[in-house]
Amino acid sequence: MSDTESGETGAGDEPTFEAAEYADGTVTYPPHTVGPNGSERVGTVDLREREARVVTWTTSTATPPGVREPNTLAIVEFEMGDGYDGPPVRALGQIAPRDGADGGGEDGDGEDAEQFDVEIGDRVEPVYADELREPGAGIREPESQGWDGFRFRPV
Amino acid sequence: MDRVAIVGASMTPFGQRDAWVRELLAEAGAAALDDAGVDGDDLDHLYVSNMASGEFEGQTGVPNALAHDLAAQPAYTARIDQTSSSGGAGVYAAWQSVASGASDLTMLVGGEKMTHRTTSEATDVIASLTHPVEYKHGVTLPSFAGLTARLYLDEYDAPRESLGKVAVKNHKNGVDNPHAQFRKEVDLDTVLDSPIVADPLRLYDFCPITDGSAALVFCPESVAEEYAPDGNYAVISGIGGATDTHVVHERADPTTMGGVVDSSEVAYEMAGIGPDDVDVAELHDMFTILEFLQSEDLGFFEKGEGWKAVEEGVTDRDGDLPINTSGGLKSKGHPLGASGVAQVYEIFQQVTGNAGPRQVEADTGLACNVGGFGNCVTTTILEGSQ
Repeated sequence: MSDTESGETGAGDEPTFEAAEYADGTVTYPPHTVGPNGSERVGTVDLREREARVVTWTTSTATPPGVREPNTLAIVEFEMGDGYDGPPVRALGQIAPRDGADGGGEDGDGEDAEQFDVEIGDRVEPVYADELREPGAGIREPESQGWDGFRFRPV
Repeated sequence: MDRVAIVGASMTPFGQRDAWVRELLAEAGAAALDDAGVDGDDLDHLYVSNMASGEFEGQTGVPNALAHDLAAQPAYTARIDQTSSSGGAGVYAAWQSVASGASDLTMLVGGEKMTHRTTSEATDVIASLTHPVEYKHGVTLPSFAGLTARLYLDEYDAPRESLGKVAVKNHKNGVDNPHAQFRKEVDLDTVLDSPIVADPLRLYDFCPITDGSAALVFCPESVAEEYAPDGNYAVISGIGGATDTHVVHERADPTTMGGVVDSSEVAYEMAGIGPDDVDVAELHDMFTILEFLQSEDLGFFEKGEGWKAVEEGVTDRDGDLPINTSGGLKSKGHPLGASGVAQVYEIFQQVTGNAGPRQVEADTGLACNVGGFGNCVTTTILEGSQ
């Protein structure tokens, strides 16, 4: 399965944080093959430049093979602007390490890399990481999906 | 339409077993056939609910293997995989097979073998059900529970202790279940002092990793007394299945499980009853927070009020609406493909008056089996025949 985040590049070298826009104005992350209510996809929204607010978070201390431990995760909701009246656009992602390292998995961050503290309602921004967990360490076939993506750090 | 009856039921002890999945399935299957007084070759259809025998132990083709072991040829066989709700989906498939007239006698056997894997490996097998944009962040089902529990406690001003009381209640119920993995009470301090797994949830907020199997035998209600001459059978009066989003963060309200709402509406309508008519329920308490969410989404309590029912003892075995008299997944254990079948097994025992020391006053019972983090759900309503 393709991972649309890393499948395209934006103006710079950094992959886009790709959400899909549909004919009825709805935006979804991740993109769907068929949009809500059967709407046709008409465009792409790059969430990379948008801020978001933390809806909820957890720190997982029992992580699967190839995943940093502990692993702080958050569901965030993007600020889509006054002109958007569709359903909330959210993402689930790791909270970034304080040291700014963008590498992923157990090797990339170092197992002891301290992660930012967040609370419900905090403003965060996406920060790119080229590897979020170690491909091949878990059960999923490494070539079946992308392993890069966007973490979140407090604004 | 002739309703569908359950005329035989069994389950193996749940816990850490030496047996592999094929042996577990055969153990429960043979016992259910015996309970219904039939032989394997009397079956028209034979279903196996199982999530991941290939991933866990390299055993595929389990329905045919079971048909071989139970001498059930030439029965039609199929494996039902709907992750943690494979058991509920199997009940749905078995019900369909009889209700449609395709089968006059169907057996469903659910089972899973997990404990030979490390917790990390087993967690990853289960997490593989998630969308790629979730999986790559290292999300697990327990972490979904932590995310949801934090939001629930914040939105509804519920105390952390209320979640712990779900674990205390279900462990207490499990003491009287001879099939349960844990037959030991825990106190609230033990729950609240146990190690953090997915903040704010701790070890005792989670079900264990489990081996086990359970089985049910189905036939048309019109012939149920041929298999249960003492009238000791139950009828599926309502059943519904539904899905919610695959990507958990896309749900409008992360504290609502749409699949529970939708599947129960169908089941209630089919049974001609409402939530107030349910006497006893088995809910999918893979994590303590799920008992709150399901008890609200099934309509037992208002949104955000499920925690108060636990605090007030409403869901205790001697309360107005006993929930998880079996001990739930929390105490009984959670062998993925078996769990939904074992939930219906418990309701069957309750509405037929055979639950022993766990018995409550119940004519109508409900089982709600959840796959993923509410991704797919089956709700089943049983009525006793007497």
